[in-house]
Amino acid sequence: MILQELHAAVEGGDAIRARSVTATLIEQAGGAGEILNGALLPAMALVGARFRDRDIFLPDVLLAARAMKASLGLLEPLLLRDAVPAAGTVVIGTVRGDLHDIGKNLVSIMLQGAGYRVVDLGSDIEADAFIDAALHAEASVIGMSALLTTTMTGMEAVIQRIVARGLSDQLRTIVGGAPLSANFAREIGADGFAPDAVSAVEQVRALVAR
Amino acid sequence: MIRFIAADVLPTEVDVLRRMGIPSYAPVTPAVRKLLNTAAAQWIELAEPRGVLRDVSSEEFALIYRGEGQNAVATPLQTIYPRAEALALFAGTIGERVEQEIQKYCGAGDPALAFVLDTFASEATSRLADRLASAFNGHARVLPYSAGYCGWHVSGQRALFTAIDPSDIGIALNESCLMKPIKSVSGMLVAGDAATHQFRPAFPFCEDCATHECVARMISVR
Repeated sequence: MILQELHAAVEGGDAIRARSVTATLIEQAGGAGEILNGALLPAMALVGARFRDRDIFLPDVLLAARAMKASLGLLEPLLLRDAVPAAGTVVIGTVRGDLHDIGKNLVSIMLQGAGYRVVDLGSDIEADAFIDAALHAEASVIGMSALLTTTMTGMEAVIQRIVARGLSDQLRTIVGGAPLSANFAREIGADGFAPDAVSAVEQVRALVAR
Repeated sequence: MIRFIAADVLPTEVDVLRRMGIPSYAPVTPAVRKLLNTAAAQWIELAEPRGVLRDVSSEEFALIYRGEGQNAVATPLQTIYPRAEALALFAGTIGERVEQEIQKYCGAGDPALAFVLDTFASEATSRLADRLASAFNGHARVLPYSAGYCGWHVSGQRALFTAIDPSDIGIALNESCLMKPIKSVSGMLVAGDAATHQFRPAFPFCEDCATHECVARMISVR
């Protein structure tokens, strides 16, 4: 029953409630994996589905992500203790020449809410820095963001460097940002395209599963 | 320098909701209403909108527009500006404090408020460009055009900034030619009749454009 309460708190974007219910669950010796998989991840999955159906909109999704994060703040030490594995590791950043980072930050928070470990490099990132960070963190996905038509070409530079370094089988790429299209993503050889933060999570899930 | 007060460029709720992707028919939930109210209050407290304008001739702009020679071979603006009645360079910013607050909310794990305040700031920056266009006196149909869009290469910012020097209002260019503070706007104001601004959006770079805002802009001056 109390897992359902946590589910409802996250879905409704109530961070204070989510944190207090999580604390109660931990006190009751609820396992970290059980709390994560029994309430938090299903709640965020439902939020994503409602967003896709245009039943709710991005601010509601981000409120849910905030509630999820409040719960995860208490849960993370237990997840480490219980060796609950992350869903995967993603390196994320805004490409060289671009300083806009709000979209990338939202994707980062949404990915964390979906159980991924995120290495956020920030903005204005060189092509090889993405790759080096991914290798260092043992990430399987590189996420790139750009807001300008003139900087989105920096994404292709990253993908070309992945190919040149012989890492195409090891590293998948996902791109997003206001001026991008699925067509552009295909043309530059990206493995995924995310028009918004919610679909970024779905795309990463699909890429990690490959 | 032209100073505005925060309320001068305060976006309407309808515009903020539209920019956030919330359709007009959707009810605003109490939680989103609270975010909107908080962001509006933050905006009034933190925004410092200001801008500069400078008239230029078509010949002078031709040199500025050429920039570092990296524009697309064919662009809309290269056919628009020679038929303009008047031209002015412009730059404007809402200042750094809103941006710092957005970063603070992101860092504190409050993406919802960060997103809503960022949307407020983006919409207000567009509104600031419109206010500067209005200040370009005596011209009924004025549209702003900016480097980094529609084939005008972002490196064109260097020549633009040399000509207008917006350092007095606190805008600087980084080595990638992007403005800091991020919520700033710059470019060329083109005044003319409706026909001045019309073009067919069928340039090679239009294929990769996800917004096609040019269509709404052209309609807005008809």
